[in-house]
Amino acid sequence: MEEKPGGLALENVAVGALSAVSLCVAPGEVVCLSGPSGAGKSRLLRAVADIEAHTGVIRLAGEDQTSMPAHLWRRRVMMVPADSQWWFDSVGEHFPGVLPGDELAALGFGPDVDGWSVSRLSTGERQRLALLRALVLKPNVLLLDEPTSNLDAERVRTTERWLLERIRERRIAVLWVAHDPEQIRRVADRHVRLVGAGVEVVHERD
Amino acid sequence: MNVIDLAWWKLALTAILVLLLAATIYLGRLGMTRSLLIAAVRTAVQLSLIGLVLEALFASGSPVWVLLMAVVMLLVAGREVMARQNRRLRGPWAFGLGTGAMFISSFTVTVFLLAVVIGPQPWYEPQYAIPLLGMILGNAMTGIALCLDRLTETIWRQRAVIESRLMLGQPWREAVGDIRRDAMRSGMMPSINAMAAAGIVSLPGMMTGQILAGSPPGVAVKYQIMVMFAITVGSGFGSVMAVAWGSRRLFDDRERLRLDRLTLPR
Repeated sequence: MEEKPGGLALENVAVGALSAVSLCVAPGEVVCLSGPSGAGKSRLLRAVADIEAHTGVIRLAGEDQTSMPAHLWRRRVMMVPADSQWWFDSVGEHFPGVLPGDELAALGFGPDVDGWSVSRLSTGERQRLALLRALVLKPNVLLLDEPTSNLDAERVRTTERWLLERIRERRIAVLWVAHDPEQIRRVADRHVRLVGAGVEVVHERD
Repeated sequence: MNVIDLAWWKLALTAILVLLLAATIYLGRLGMTRSLLIAAVRTAVQLSLIGLVLEALFASGSPVWVLLMAVVMLLVAGREVMARQNRRLRGPWAFGLGTGAMFISSFTVTVFLLAVVIGPQPWYEPQYAIPLLGMILGNAMTGIALCLDRLTETIWRQRAVIESRLMLGQPWREAVGDIRRDAMRSGMMPSINAMAAAGIVSLPGMMTGQILAGSPPGVAVKYQIMVMFAITVGSGFGSVMAVAWGSRRLFDDRERLRLDRLTLPR
């Protein structure tokens, strides 16, 4: 697992029960992360986003996490948590500028979703809009924590396809926490599992 | 200025009214008798004691005693701010933050009033200094306690939202922006309401007292306006400091939300 130029690199990252996670994600690559619940998948993502205190080295394109203000790091290394949060009344207020109509259509929303009240959204709708909310900010890295957990089978497939398209096109490095082996087979370029204190590679696509 | 002194036995007549109320509540099983009586006894004892202290203080007029009194008032107010927090900051911050904010805001405003606006000779004349400080400090205490409590409580409740906003790359100040505004409003609301209602809904206590003591209403009104402004400025700047320091303390240098710096609710 060599560090690719422009990619994300973790060296001996320790957070919670994990004590030595070393991992590289190249631009445009999807690395799926699995492991028993409580193994620390979400905490690892939080450490990479620098939301949670941790030790070890995390670099993006050779730049150390600590070398820039935390909010600028998170602008580039963006985490989308499993349960999305909404704090304003309407959907549109959560987005900078106008919502991109073609993206909304690709996710199965009409252009009027902008003015919808957040309380009207189903959990699945919130989850898809939270993905869009992160993507419009154009991050270099996406940390996805079970991004399709609240969607029905049909939506899972379209959302995966939509995500993969954006990931390839913008060469986003992705750490994707997933449970479903089928999904991992569909989206992962590499699959690593959390075991004990670190990670092991389960499968690598060549 | 001639004030009718109250004889102790006449004061006792008012106490009988309180007892009457207590008896009524007791017979009606309305359940406030105990707290009413305790509070009534406390007010009589505390005010009698402070009366003795003030008489001694006015008689001596020494700046050392005035300062000592001011410090005691500040420390008691600081303890009170801390006691009113449901979730406190851990360590010395719990006491230090509120007390520091009160000290800077109230003492500055009081000294300004004494030295520049009123100008008694000497400027620390206890007859002016202590009541003014008491009013400004008391209101700053309420404002700061409300605003800190609202700040920590809301941040605690909205931790998931705050962290989501941080994950989207918002600076910490932006991620808690509306919570800070909300806390600020809580802190300033009592003094703004008091200013808005003054003279129409309520005749403020200080003015009433001065008029009872024989001051011409024109003078009493000027003092009251001055005191209202001072109270608002004192609790306003106090709240600004409490919100700024309190919210800063809940984030570390990597802009992570640090709820481990709050104690559990009591």
